[in-house]
Amino acid sequence: MSEQKVIMGNHALSYGAVTSRVQVIAAYPITPQTQVVELLSEMCADGTLDAEFIKVESEHSAMAASIGASAAGARAFTATSAQGLALMHEMLHWAVGARLPIVMGNINRSMAPPWTIWSEQTDSLSQRDTGWLQIYASSNQEVYDSVLIAYKVAENEKVSLPVMIILDAFFLSHTSENVTLIDQKDADRYLKPYNPKYRLDIKDPHTFGGLTGPDWYMELRYKIQKAMEDSIDVIKDAQKEFKEMFGREYGLVEPYRCEDADTILVTMATAASTSKQVIDELRDKGEKVGLLRIRFFRPFPYDEVRKYLKNSKKVIVLDRNLSPGAGGIVFQEVKSALYNEPVKPKIYGYIAGLGGRDITVNTIGKLFDDAKNSEPADIKWMEVKI
Amino acid sequence: MKRDGKKIIFEKESDLPPNAMSLGTTEFNETGSWRNERPVVDKAKCISCGICWKYCPDMSIKEDSEGKAEIDYVFCKGCGICAAECPVKAITMIEEEK
Amino acid sequence: MKYSIPQKELMNPGHLACQGCGGALSLRLVLKTLGENTILTFPACCWSVIDGPFPYSSVKVPLFHTAFETAAITAAGIKAGAKKVEKEYVNAVAWAGDGGTYDIGIQALSGAAERNDDIFYFVYDNEAYMNTGVQRSSATPKGAWTTTTPTTFPKAEFKKDLDAIVAAHYVPYQATASPSYPEDLTKKLEKAVKIRGFKFFHILAPCPPGWKTNPEDTIKLGKLAVESGIFPLYEIENGEKYTINMPSPKKDLKPVNEYLTKQGRFRHLKEDDVKTIQEYVNKRWEKLKRLAGV
Repeated sequence: MSEQKVIMGNHALSYGAVTSRVQVIAAYPITPQTQVVELLSEMCADGTLDAEFIKVESEHSAMAASIGASAAGARAFTATSAQGLALMHEMLHWAVGARLPIVMGNINRSMAPPWTIWSEQTDSLSQRDTGWLQIYASSNQEVYDSVLIAYKVAENEKVSLPVMIILDAFFLSHTSENVTLIDQKDADRYLKPYNPKYRLDIKDPHTFGGLTGPDWYMELRYKIQKAMEDSIDVIKDAQKEFKEMFGREYGLVEPYRCEDADTILVTMATAASTSKQVIDELRDKGEKVGLLRIRFFRPFPYDEVRKYLKNSKKVIVLDRNLSPGAGGIVFQEVKSALYNEPVKPKIYGYIAGLGGRDITVNTIGKLFDDAKNSEPADIKWMEVKI
Repeated sequence: MKRDGKKIIFEKESDLPPNAMSLGTTEFNETGSWRNERPVVDKAKCISCGICWKYCPDMSIKEDSEGKAEIDYVFCKGCGICAAECPVKAITMIEEEK
Repeated sequence: MKYSIPQKELMNPGHLACQGCGGALSLRLVLKTLGENTILTFPACCWSVIDGPFPYSSVKVPLFHTAFETAAITAAGIKAGAKKVEKEYVNAVAWAGDGGTYDIGIQALSGAAERNDDIFYFVYDNEAYMNTGVQRSSATPKGAWTTTTPTTFPKAEFKKDLDAIVAAHYVPYQATASPSYPEDLTKKLEKAVKIRGFKFFHILAPCPPGWKTNPEDTIKLGKLAVESGIFPLYEIENGEKYTINMPSPKKDLKPVNEYLTKQGRFRHLKEDDVKTIQEYVNKRWEKLKRLAGV
């Protein structure tokens, strides 16, 4: 029987790992991720979850342990945030090159210094080029469901890549919401045990990752890109099957009132939930506005982005992140996706909510106002005290 | 993918295992060509003690039908450990003619 | 032919080790006893190259190449995964050089030792970063030349006492070993495979190009290191019970001179330098004997 539970986003990750029957967990504590692993530790201790839990001495080791376990053929899970994710960077590349379907939760937190623990996406977006699939969630239910979907996609032989499930610090990680937990029997029908074609197998010994020269390294990279491209259909199938079995629908993106919209706001994670209220209010006033929430940032959903945006007049990108010297990271991607379209909307890049500053209904209202009455620019700062 | 003896020949991207997994052994690499000096066993002196076999980093000492040491010149790199460690001086190093 | 150690070979020839490589011989000897139920992981070290280029390998057991600082934890991860997946018991083995152990990998090593992860950790110690062309590590002995400690300013510090650091974790079993003494190494491995928990082996692996020695002297150098007390062979159980295997604590040590003069990396040393090294070796030998209660 499925079960309703009021849980925080962090625990939604933990329950997702339990329902996915993860076999090895390796994690290191960091605010605001700690509850994810605390709950999993308890569940391993009391037998709710039959998994090996390695209480590692750093995030770098958390990822290395996950890599070892996954290479041995086990389903591996970890979670981290900000500095921890940055420390893992080398091993994030390793997981991709070794083609290991690890799933990791990352709680978006701003990078230090100065010390900070509040939400911002620059930590995970800095890992954009490692080759991890990235899901940005906007509700606890989505966090929980995404863990199962992530393993299903990652372990598909066409993909064989790791997946990061990303949630905003505090806005989601520590906010309690009603979550429907899937019955284990149904979950087991959806997500079969991990059974890789190749692993570190004592009966069929192979070496993985030996020295490769310029003669074939490029082809191995080509394969990763191909796997990312192929993952689009794998994700669609996995989410379709998920909907058929559990009733909840997910896309690569989530369009909201985009049909006939002149102005479309593009953003990720919880800022999208807040934006819906503003869209409704503006629609009530007769303004043709819509919202496109990007759920999968990697692989980047080029087709969906083009489909929903190309007929609009203005696109507003709201970035809770910053690539200093360039601007918002989602903005750059959206802009480049539309560059070859024969008729292009104007694109506005807004930076807001850095370091966990609230992105309120007011913030988003102002942003629509500004775009209505100004020319586009690559970077516009919202509510910065200058 | 083709095999030429112990060599593996990839022709295109689809031949490659995505995780850079090994498909063959280093036996394709005949390291005997590295040798400057070759060990030669005087079978009359050899006492079959196994010391040369034990210390060979290249697994290039075999046992002949009479239990005496025999060098595998395909792989022997000519390090000279066998000659240096032989307790009865049954192995001598002789310069390779190149 | 007489076989004083297992005949089984779990390594293929054709590997890329230099002539007379102590590190290559060491892995050959270790795999003989560990057997097929073994999964290896190598961090960046000479063996990343020795094993051969993709798509080839010289080991006959599964091997995962991993990042420099992660040998211990990758092995621990492999062990955890194998426990869930394999029906049989698996020896998860980290096989690392001294750089990957003494320096960049010491955090993960300490973590795995403290958790008493059920793995083997081997350091094949050739006393410098040999794979990158002989740069000093914290395992490089005092007085040695490396490319970052030139003869005009050779390494000023004594070698880090890693065995004491590992012993401070009270791990079930640790030992020093040498490819010059395969029977001793085999005996220790036979003991260790029965132990559950963290097993640490420190193997001194002579390196002809890095030590500037003749390849044929590899075995002799290993023996001289032991006989002179520079690298005594001993075991520590649970961080406390010390057993000296070689040299005999009852006899006098060989002077360090012969060991040093056989190596180009020590050629620049003056009489006083050798004296300092001798005094240091004597002091450490006395300490070891005290710890072993002899």
